[in-house]
Amino acid sequence: MFENFPLWPARASTTAGQVDALYIFLVALSAVMSITIFTMILYFAARYRRRQGVAAEQIEGSTPLEVTWSVFPLVIFMVIFAWGMVIYFHERTPPQDATEVYVVAKQWMWKLQHEEGQREINQLHVPVGRDIKLIMTSQDVIHSFFVPAFRLKQDVLPGRYTTLWFRATKPGTYHLFCSQYCGTQHSGMVGQIVVMEPAQYQAWLAGGIAGAPLAETGAGLFQQLGCSTCHRSDTQGRGPNLVGVFGKKVLLEDGRTVVADEDYIRESILAPTAKIVSGFKPIMPVFQGLVSEEQLNALVAYVKSLGQAAPGARPGIPAAVQPAQPKVQ
Amino acid sequence: MATATLTQERENYLNQSYGIKSWLLTTDHKRIALLYLVSITFFFFIGGFFALLIRLELLTPAGDLVLADTYNKLFSMHGQVMIFFFLIPSIPAVLGNFLVPLMIGAKDLAFPRINLLSWYLYIIAGLTYIHCMLTGGVDTGWTFYTPFSTAFSNTKVIEAGLAIFVAGFSSILTGLNFVVTIHRMRAPGMTWTRLPLFIWAHYATSIIQLLGTPVLAVTLVLVVLERALHLGIFDPARGGDPLLFQHLFWFYSHPAVYIMILPAMGVVTEIVPCFSRKRIFGYKFVAMSSIAIAVFGFLVWAHHMFVAGISLYSALIFSMLSYMVAVPSAIKVFNWTATMYKGSISFSTPMLYAFGFIGLFTMGGLTGLFLACLGIDPHVHDTYFVIAHFHYIMVGGAVMGYLGGMHFWWPKISGRMYPEGWGRLAALIVFVGFNLTFFPQFVLGYLGMPRRYWDYSHSPEFQVLNVLSTAGASVLGVGYVLPMVYFLWSMRYGKPASDNPWNAAGLEWQTTSPPPTFNFEETPMVNFEAYDYEHIPEPEVAVER
Amino acid sequence: MSDSPIAVEPHGPELHGPELHGPELRHHFADVEQQRDAASLGMWLFLATEIMFFGGMFCAYLVYRYWHFHEFAAGSRSLDIYLGTINTAVLICSSLTVALGVRAAQMGKQKLLVVYLLLTLVFGLAFLGIKGKEWYDKYKEHHIPGASFNADDIVKEYPQIPINQQSEQTYFSLYFAMTGLHALHMVIGVGLFSVIAYLAMKGRYNSHYYTPVENAGLYWHFVDIVWIYLFPLLYLIDRKPLK
Repeated sequence: MFENFPLWPARASTTAGQVDALYIFLVALSAVMSITIFTMILYFAARYRRRQGVAAEQIEGSTPLEVTWSVFPLVIFMVIFAWGMVIYFHERTPPQDATEVYVVAKQWMWKLQHEEGQREINQLHVPVGRDIKLIMTSQDVIHSFFVPAFRLKQDVLPGRYTTLWFRATKPGTYHLFCSQYCGTQHSGMVGQIVVMEPAQYQAWLAGGIAGAPLAETGAGLFQQLGCSTCHRSDTQGRGPNLVGVFGKKVLLEDGRTVVADEDYIRESILAPTAKIVSGFKPIMPVFQGLVSEEQLNALVAYVKSLGQAAPGARPGIPAAVQPAQPKVQ
Repeated sequence: MATATLTQERENYLNQSYGIKSWLLTTDHKRIALLYLVSITFFFFIGGFFALLIRLELLTPAGDLVLADTYNKLFSMHGQVMIFFFLIPSIPAVLGNFLVPLMIGAKDLAFPRINLLSWYLYIIAGLTYIHCMLTGGVDTGWTFYTPFSTAFSNTKVIEAGLAIFVAGFSSILTGLNFVVTIHRMRAPGMTWTRLPLFIWAHYATSIIQLLGTPVLAVTLVLVVLERALHLGIFDPARGGDPLLFQHLFWFYSHPAVYIMILPAMGVVTEIVPCFSRKRIFGYKFVAMSSIAIAVFGFLVWAHHMFVAGISLYSALIFSMLSYMVAVPSAIKVFNWTATMYKGSISFSTPMLYAFGFIGLFTMGGLTGLFLACLGIDPHVHDTYFVIAHFHYIMVGGAVMGYLGGMHFWWPKISGRMYPEGWGRLAALIVFVGFNLTFFPQFVLGYLGMPRRYWDYSHSPEFQVLNVLSTAGASVLGVGYVLPMVYFLWSMRYGKPASDNPWNAAGLEWQTTSPPPTFNFEETPMVNFEAYDYEHIPEPEVAVER
Repeated sequence: MSDSPIAVEPHGPELHGPELHGPELRHHFADVEQQRDAASLGMWLFLATEIMFFGGMFCAYLVYRYWHFHEFAAGSRSLDIYLGTINTAVLICSSLTVALGVRAAQMGKQKLLVVYLLLTLVFGLAFLGIKGKEWYDKYKEHHIPGASFNADDIVKEYPQIPINQQSEQTYFSLYFAMTGLHALHMVIGVGLFSVIAYLAMKGRYNSHYYTPVENAGLYWHFVDIVWIYLFPLLYLIDRKPLK
């Protein structure tokens, strides 16, 4: 807004405007409250300054006044809470057909893998107007993916996935910061989000050396690591059939039912004995230490794509199956 | 006898015995308060020195003053020293120790030897921490998040953790002493509703210390064990959960901030009536608000974790509860303001600090509304906005409350008056310096500057606000050095104080300045309400010139 | 005269009037009753802090038990239930002797008090000895967390059940942390009761003044109650055979 003394970063996402609106409301409210209190105090200090012969009036209190100035702020607070809740709900509910980008954070860099196959380090190119969902994990300590221009951040944890989604609205280059202290080069773990017009984005996709689409890489790994030996697409396999499993509920041998989300697939590869599918034996080898985070992401993308119309296309989950409430938050 | 000539000093707790043993083996709560005063002041200046280096580094975008690892240690140790070795003890261990027995008409705390033990535990913890600092320091942030602290940091995490563990027991024992004292040792006639609100504030604080600190203690034990033995309690690479650490840590560390602010609110509640010559407005509401803050304060910890990976529904509940805990604080601000209405107000140094407290705490508290808001927090979490928020409350609030209290009760503690002109000047310098230091940080945070950043050369647009902040910090530093200098000066050259130079209400003013070792010549009988300014004449001269 | 308001030298009624009191009154208290009330409240508050202290670990334990049920059940079954049960009985008996000791003090029976205190010490030491044996067994089985941890034996024992060794180590980490913390409190209790027993032998306690015995007893009962919670949570998960 103010060129030389900006009070807020550029607004480059659909949520930025909403967040700023609430922020400005809160600033105004705080200013009004502060000025009211300060004015009253200064006024009282002046008006009731100690003077010879004028005694203070002893006032014990006033319950109606106390109730008023308890209830009234509480009501305002609940309004602020509700307003914030609506924005937060929206921010934490990724659209069903968002384009997915896998993010692996490590000390002290960001590694990103597009579905289409592009890999980036410390940079993320996205087209304007498309829903992007980041599926993130860390290789070591907790990091946090922070884009001030989008007014969003999400901690990135080792051992599980967390997600963040946005839709960019304004082309430009914006700061990406790590905002969870992670060691020596925490302040150097920065990058850029490059938002491009759709045409330019297509050009960027086409140019440069792209790898295979992520799901295809995953398919290759699936063969290479021997997964296909047991996880066949018929009922003969020693492991469960994975076609269409993503997003469905799975019955485990101990009676629990879990949803097959990204965390479930990841855990099944790294620590397969944690959740055994009902009717199967605990014979799957442990892949902890044998696959990197990027390879895990590729495998997850592959499993997601099974049973879909085309690899990498968005899921057309049958109506009979409940769409998953993603376990990753 | 009460009257004494200037040439012959009465026997009081200071001159009753001399020698280092009489101080180091004392069980007199007033002497223990002074032992704490010296110790926490020492740590305040260490923490302040670290802050100075941080602000100097941040003058320029590049990391050109210290190495990255050094900077990371600086902010970690600044936080740990200031919180565990300065703020948490400050008012309770100095003013609380000194005044709680006096205010309720008792001869000492319930457990004088445990009180001394508290101080020794603090000293052991402090020495351990100093050793840790001198042999490499710790760089985990004051928050010790795992798995960085347990499996990745190369610094003295175990030693720092153990030092804070011991300091925690010092805090627990102080709280235990206060609760038992307030329950069992009030003078005849001192009913709960006649207690000074300073006592109510310390009672609520002590409840938090008792119930919250042990959880931090056991969490630190688990962190130390995990780091030493490579266990998998919090480390996901070994099957643990890093969020479990965060829940356990914040379960204490959120109530801890109320340990830091409630006593300061108690101080302000003593100062404002005195310099308005009026009883506090809404005594019962102010008393209950302290208890409400203590109770609700235990229910909001995960508002530090909105983007940490907790579920949507957890976040909703904790946000809503965080708004509820704001209400009792607001009540206090309104009650202080209403106390001034139709009062007879004078502008002594303590009153100036009280004004500063009310203003800055209001601003800090209002910015808490931003952070509790689920729509705003994802943007400002872990940025300078948070740093500004908690410094407004901790420094603009708690430290100003502490200084105001030190000035208000200095005559009682030392038997001397501090120089009023210098006192007012220092209060003004602190207020101006503070705002200049921390207000720009709100803007800086909303612009997106993350906290704990050693180098921001990738974002030179942050520089102007950082320079403003550092300029303010230098002013603030001067404001803090001044009282130390003139308090020391006053112990020798200050005007001798009368028993009640402010004509204040409260039992502590009914005994001599300084008090005798046994506090009162005879056990006081209380048949008057608290803040009975109706029956107390105004002082002849409002404040010393 | 010492600088503290507590008169430590022996003195007669000339110091403060004709009211008599035992030598145990500390003079910042108005009377013995206030002192006793304060000491009692102090001990109860301290025990509240202890509940919060252990509570943190119980919380961690409950969370992980839910997430890694199989490993926790398998770990639980690897503990010696007989020794655990004997220890539970030992502790309960020790609480009985403590309570009987307080009663003896109330009735002014000094010799009986000393007997019960010594019995309590015997039981306490027996508990610690048995615990030591249990830990030694764990050491031999390589179940102590750390570099030499190895749960292959548990994995082999349950071929049908998936056992993750990392989670198994988590069970044992919490087992040792919790029983270790409990044992540390027992050691402190034994030390405390040694002092109390010694003072009892010296005739320090009588029917008017036995507050330290009572408060030390409270502490001991608390440590006992913690064990009553630890025992089922650690030893008694899923006693029926795993599939």
